Amino acid sequence: MNEYNRLIFELSKPGRCGVSLPDNDLPYEMDHILPSNLLRQSNTLLPEVAELDVVRHYTNLSQKNFGVESGFYPLGSCTMKYNPKINEEVVANKAFQSIHPLVCVEHAQGLMQVYYETNRMLSSLTGMDEFTFQPFAGAHGELTGLMIMRDYHHSRNDHKRTKVLVPDSAHGTNPASAAVVGLEAIDIKSNPDGTVNIDDLKTHLSDEIAGIMLTNPNTLGMFEKDILVITKLIHDVGGLCYYDGANLNAILGIVRPFDMGFDIMHINLHKTFSTPHGGGGPGSGPVGVREDLIPFLPNPRIVRTDQGYRFEESDLSIGRVARYYGNFQVVIRAYVYLKTLGKSHVSDVARYAVLNANYIKESLKKEYLLPIENACKHEVVFSGLVDKTTGVTTLDVAKRLLDFGYHPPTIYFPLIIKEALMIEPTEMESLETMDSFISIMKQIAQEAISNPELVKTAPHHTPVRRIDEVLAARKPILRYQDHSKHD
Amino acid sequence: MHKVLENLRYSKSHEWANLKDGTISVGISDYASHHIGDVVFVDLPEVGRHFNQGEVFGAVESVKAAADLYSPVSGTVMAVNEVLLDTPEALNEDAYANWIMVLKPDNLTELDILLSPKAYQDHCAKEQE
Amino acid sequence: MFKYFPHTESDIQKMLDTIGVKEIDELFLDIPRALLQDRWPDLENSLSEIELRQRMEKIAAKNKRLICFAGAGTYDHYVPSIIAPLVSRQEFLTSYTPYQPEIAQGTLTYIFEYQSYMTSLTGMDVSNASMYDGATATAEACLMAVQDKRVPRILLAETLDPAVREVVQTYAKYRNIDISIVPMNDGITDRNALQEMVQQPFSAFVTQTPNFFGIVEDHSEYEQLIHANQGLLIMNVDPSTLAVLKSPGEWNADIACGDAQSLGIPMHFGGPHLGFLCAKEKLLRKMPGRIAGMSKDVDGKRAYVLTLQAREQHIRRDKANSNICSNQSLMALWVTIYLSIMGKRGLQQVQESSMKNAHYLYEQLIASGHFKPVFSNPFLFEFVLQTDLDIKDLQKRWMEAGFQGPVSLSGFDPRWLLFCATEQRTKAEIDAFVKAVEVAK
Repeated sequence: MNEYNRLIFELSKPGRCGVSLPDNDLPYEMDHILPSNLLRQSNTLLPEVAELDVVRHYTNLSQKNFGVESGFYPLGSCTMKYNPKINEEVVANKAFQSIHPLVCVEHAQGLMQVYYETNRMLSSLTGMDEFTFQPFAGAHGELTGLMIMRDYHHSRNDHKRTKVLVPDSAHGTNPASAAVVGLEAIDIKSNPDGTVNIDDLKTHLSDEIAGIMLTNPNTLGMFEKDILVITKLIHDVGGLCYYDGANLNAILGIVRPFDMGFDIMHINLHKTFSTPHGGGGPGSGPVGVREDLIPFLPNPRIVRTDQGYRFEESDLSIGRVARYYGNFQVVIRAYVYLKTLGKSHVSDVARYAVLNANYIKESLKKEYLLPIENACKHEVVFSGLVDKTTGVTTLDVAKRLLDFGYHPPTIYFPLIIKEALMIEPTEMESLETMDSFISIMKQIAQEAISNPELVKTAPHHTPVRRIDEVLAARKPILRYQDHSKHD
Repeated sequence: MHKVLENLRYSKSHEWANLKDGTISVGISDYASHHIGDVVFVDLPEVGRHFNQGEVFGAVESVKAAADLYSPVSGTVMAVNEVLLDTPEALNEDAYANWIMVLKPDNLTELDILLSPKAYQDHCAKEQE
Repeated sequence: MFKYFPHTESDIQKMLDTIGVKEIDELFLDIPRALLQDRWPDLENSLSEIELRQRMEKIAAKNKRLICFAGAGTYDHYVPSIIAPLVSRQEFLTSYTPYQPEIAQGTLTYIFEYQSYMTSLTGMDVSNASMYDGATATAEACLMAVQDKRVPRILLAETLDPAVREVVQTYAKYRNIDISIVPMNDGITDRNALQEMVQQPFSAFVTQTPNFFGIVEDHSEYEQLIHANQGLLIMNVDPSTLAVLKSPGEWNADIACGDAQSLGIPMHFGGPHLGFLCAKEKLLRKMPGRIAGMSKDVDGKRAYVLTLQAREQHIRRDKANSNICSNQSLMALWVTIYLSIMGKRGLQQVQESSMKNAHYLYEQLIASGHFKPVFSNPFLFEFVLQTDLDIKDLQKRWMEAGFQGPVSLSGFDPRWLLFCATEQRTKAEIDAFVKAVEVAK
């Protein structure tokens, strides 16, 4: 990887430019059109850099990054599968890129068809009756789903349901989303194997429960065998069941969340459906609901009529959660991926994902501590090294992996497993890739005993080494304008 | 080994309270400051705000964690230790010398609910198991 | 056999042997049999790339690209050619959030540059690494203000984009935050109405610049009223216009937010765009979202890292400032490259050229005799005109001539139209657009 360490501002020199725009001779002047008290007086940081230097700068920066195409990326809970190039080719078409969202529907029928058909395919796979694509991410989907849950209860004049149940193994976005929509998140305890402790669940049941948020398999990669019991308990007290689709890759095309008793759910297109993570986004978190909840979906919905695809609004809608219709460019990538898989291959995704994860589980359980013996689904969680006598932590193992050209697994999540190390290979990885990874992991476990200092001070071969995060938090420098505050 | 001072009272959530001239100064114990790791930020309450016993009045943040601070007694905030704004790491250096806030207490009998130094030692020992 | 599954029969056998089961199905025995599903009515057979290309061409042909005279929050600005190839490099496109900073300095560096750009343009002290879109960014800015001032009431200008208002109202509803709309007069906020409304406690006033009607308002009196009454001033702003317009910082605003699609992101049929959120230093700890900071590594090398994470959901859970996890990072990269290549001069030229085209369009439309001005206040490159022509018919004629016409503002008045002209429009296009009005009256 690259040693390059510049900022674009450091390449700027007065007198350079990167673009040429056409001349505009129309006879209007900014300071005649607008009075001076409305005009900018201060300078900006905008640089003066020639085109080649801009291109080199960002090219060099990219070479300090690790992507899915660089190597194995087994980040648990993130489903870092390959992002097919055919998806990228399709979205580059200007007929998909350059259409204004407020164009009249007659001229956007292709775009609306993509939304509609993706909706139908996802509904088919999950058992839900309709999806909205407005939510921009999983967390945004959770928020939307919880808003639907609240409005459903209010529509039945039921105003005392202010609590939502969340397992203590849940991803942080679950209780955070609850708080954003004014619900109180109540923690339910987990069993040692990470599944929901039904006895503890029962103690929290009441008519104050709006519902439950669950992912299945759970964040430890374990399938909730008693899922039908759990969803029935919630329904019996009048609550709704929300499915966090983050782990859908484990059951895609094998089990439908609706059949498990869920009423509302979100999907992470950037996980299960191969759309790129983009360094942290854009994602897409479409929300699906059962039929009687459709009126609550965000406005507008996209429907098919005899005159073609149209927008439709509902009086019972929760409102808008986005300015327009969601991240279209992400949805169309998922569409292409779904068409590529087709019904021919869609249920093999989960089968191979689960096979791969169990292979890694069995291959590493001598060196890494397995808190749960049962077969896992698409991801496996270890509780750090078996031999912790030299004080090498999960963090150290992760940093040492960087030296071998691997992206580390997810670390320290879920919170209920100490020294958690979560590995999700996805279905796209070959036996050879996994065997190489396994042998490096074994090597690191060996080094932890024979040469712990090497592991504790890793990484050694990356563009930068361990970073002083305490300094970054105590004396935050968050922009170039303040960088001289350093030293 | 963590320090426990003799003249203080302690809450189960690791805050200490020191009665002096009718006011109560509040801080976090040595045990807590070790547990949280390098302190990077202390979220101080506003002077003049009132808190009930057990109510969250602020937070201590490290790089990877944030711990809520619970008021050991009911009272009104008279002063906050602004030194902690610039040097939050002071809490790691000496948790007892660096108070966080001073309260005008509502009811001094609330101190009786807090733990004695020995009871607090035992409480910490149990937590570590 | 399938191109996305590398497993051969012998691979599978080896893995099954290692695991100690005879078939893959044994790994799914914990699933109740009644739940197993193998029929998906809306899926067809797998399509090869050849078939997919044909299919997508057909779908693409149903969308019509028109010469755009519509704005209302999404703008047909020039998109430099270097951006797409750089952004689609797999190291940027396919990588995850930079939680392992040692191999993500590319991502962290551009986030740091992005934060620098956004604070510079808006005149604020801090920026996060992006939000979803301008509307949700504005909603989160309001939640921030309520968290800071602890008064559950927000004032929204009527001159704020109605769809943005709707999103704010959706978020506010579930937190029992009262929303009051400050009425407008002649296309700008009614100062007297604002004065009255700030007499009741509130946390913030949200205004937009240029506003929804394209007008650039004088915010000095609003700012005085808001701060005199202990509120925060939130400005929703089109960041491209900040090359020439007074910045939120210069107006003494507390929070600046909005959508940065106008900074070279294609229209994308509405998404992905790019929400941004910037604020004064005093509000740093209340900011949602990821933030990158500068630091050093053990060898003393300059390095960037996600910082102040204790505000976020993965640590604070239900006490987090927000639930936001994924943002629009790749779009932040897009905008960062745009600003880098456009530079000082480029962005200024975009605004000047847009302004010229829009004012020329304005005069020509009025000269045609079919349109009358609605507001008297100055605009930059969007404006409202009123017409007595049949608007449906008018839009149809424009479409047939290859144009996307103005956005109808029937929510305000059935005769009103919101026109926009960017630097991409030519004089010839504008002339043809105006001419199309005359055809077959």
